Amino acid sequence: MIEGMLIGLTTALTFQNIFMVMIGCFFGTIIGMLPGLGPMTAIALMIPITYGFDPATGLILMAGVYYGAVFGGSTSSILLNAPGVPGTVATSFDGYPMAQQGKAGKALAIAAWSSFAGGTLSAIYLLFMAPSLSKVSLSFRSPDYFALMILGLTAIAAFSSKGQFLKAMMMVVLGLMLASVGQDSLSDITRFTFNNMNLTDGISFVLIVMATFAMSEALTIILKRNDPTAAAKQVSLTELGSIRIDKEERGKMYKTIPRSSIIGFLIGVLPGAGATIASFLAYGMERNLVKDDEKEKFGKGSVNGLSAPETANNAACSGSFVPMLTLGIPGSGTTAVMLGALLGFGIQPGPRLYMTNPEIFWSVIMSMYIGMVVLLILNLPLIPYIARILAVPKNYLIPLILFFSITGIYVMSFNNFDIYLMIGIAVVATFLRLYDFPMPPLILAFVLGGLMEENLRRSLLLSNGSWEFLWDRTLTICILVTTILIVVWHIYKTLTKK
Amino acid sequence: MNINTTKIISLLFFIFSAFYLYTAYQIQVFTFDENAPFNARTFPIYLGYAGLFFSGLKLILPDPDTIKVEHKTLEYKKTALLIVIAIIYGATILKVGYFLTTSLFLFASYYFLGERRWILMFLLSFPFVAAFMYLLHGILEIYLRDPFLQSIGVMG
Repeated sequence: MIEGMLIGLTTALTFQNIFMVMIGCFFGTIIGMLPGLGPMTAIALMIPITYGFDPATGLILMAGVYYGAVFGGSTSSILLNAPGVPGTVATSFDGYPMAQQGKAGKALAIAAWSSFAGGTLSAIYLLFMAPSLSKVSLSFRSPDYFALMILGLTAIAAFSSKGQFLKAMMMVVLGLMLASVGQDSLSDITRFTFNNMNLTDGISFVLIVMATFAMSEALTIILKRNDPTAAAKQVSLTELGSIRIDKEERGKMYKTIPRSSIIGFLIGVLPGAGATIASFLAYGMERNLVKDDEKEKFGKGSVNGLSAPETANNAACSGSFVPMLTLGIPGSGTTAVMLGALLGFGIQPGPRLYMTNPEIFWSVIMSMYIGMVVLLILNLPLIPYIARILAVPKNYLIPLILFFSITGIYVMSFNNFDIYLMIGIAVVATFLRLYDFPMPPLILAFVLGGLMEENLRRSLLLSNGSWEFLWDRTLTICILVTTILIVVWHIYKTLTKK
Repeated sequence: MNINTTKIISLLFFIFSAFYLYTAYQIQVFTFDENAPFNARTFPIYLGYAGLFFSGLKLILPDPDTIKVEHKTLEYKKTALLIVIAIIYGATILKVGYFLTTSLFLFASYYFLGERRWILMFLLSFPFVAAFMYLLHGILEIYLRDPFLQSIGVMG
């Protein structure tokens, strides 16, 4: 493990990779600050650029963007009460009241230090947990993987659907259907191409991500007459006050950070859960654990109330890398995008990744930590200046997002058809978004579609076409029972809802 | 049963799934694969049934959280204009070239979204695209086809 860590450190500490982390954090912070534009959009816009680099550098850049976007989301939560990403909603509960009391600088510093500590602790957990889990996951067989993918898709549908589980499951099926277009991986038989040569290789993953996130988000902003930068024009972004944290406040953070990091990391590891649930759970847990006089301060600018969700959401970000790097199954929509990018590089994440490509495995883990340092040293002092970017009018923001999306597809395929297809999918996605059909399940399903079919193929061939493989192994049964419980629970909730 | 747009979308998805399932059954597989436990049409067939199942459930089950969209408040005109500009951009980018079409696309988009600061619009289109092109083509060595720039001798 030490050898691997050193390889990772050597890769992560090259000038190019440190520069990429800095660029990624900076760009991610800007995108993350804009309400509605989250880490998935930020990473999606970066994918075409990453293909100009080697896989480790590309992934390091995307990891930097991810952390930057989460940090940027916290900034807009605190300054504007407008969370840039769902994972930072809980941050606004105490961060915004603190900013209203003239302590915006302090709130940002608490958020940054908590994120840093949460990220550091979770990077340590990841450091030790990922190799162990990789070894365990070597015992996984095709039926287990198939069941695990069903669980992952069901879980993301359950957690991202805001009570609209069936809508999310429809999006899962749509994602899998889109993934089935093109040549069958084993027999090379073309499917659903309707004799169109452009579809023979299937639909590009980048195209789907750009269409359903970047482009459809831009169209939704215009369609709904939203202005993600409007709130920034109403507040002072330059007079933030002191960023110094006093001894008493530090004392409170010392207690909150370790427990919130553990809960955040564990929630992040679960497929489909992620930063949003982690931050809410950590906030709730913290409110129950503090003394009564501190409990009174929750919602009015409590240090614990701000520190807990910030620690947890960053810890969850690291946690969500565990299933992606060790099992090859992303735990969240964002890591699904990163998995798709890795597959684009020709790298198959999974239990053997840290043996076959140790430089990628370890450099990503190491760069997470470097990303935290960058956010703390560079982004925190620069926040008053970065925040001014929030005031960029949407008249410029929207065309630029469309431009990056179309350019992304153009440089990858040099094909008009792909651009038309992307616009078509973006229009459908915009319409579906209006009616609360969630997009992350579609992306995850699209990424997992090929792997799922492959594992089902192996399982069915090994069992001679019988579905007995589903109850042959205890592990498979356990995973499937969990999946069934999630489905039954959500159908029950739908039926009993007034 | 209350008919709302979500139900209509579910119905459309149901029809789409039925079409997908029909097409899945039409996939030509090799003769020796016809009765194999798994062939190229197996997974799509399951997906077709899954689509019918979930959209069917959505159609039948009550919808307590009906999403109501105020269509009068939506900005259809500007959105449609942007989509049309994007389609024209997509249609011309290969023939005309990246630099000119992208710059014009950005300039037109700023204009149709209501921007009238001409100098800023110009700076954020032509010079911006040139700089971005230099980053992609010159530094990252990502090839960008541009017949227009080639015809005037700027690009080799």
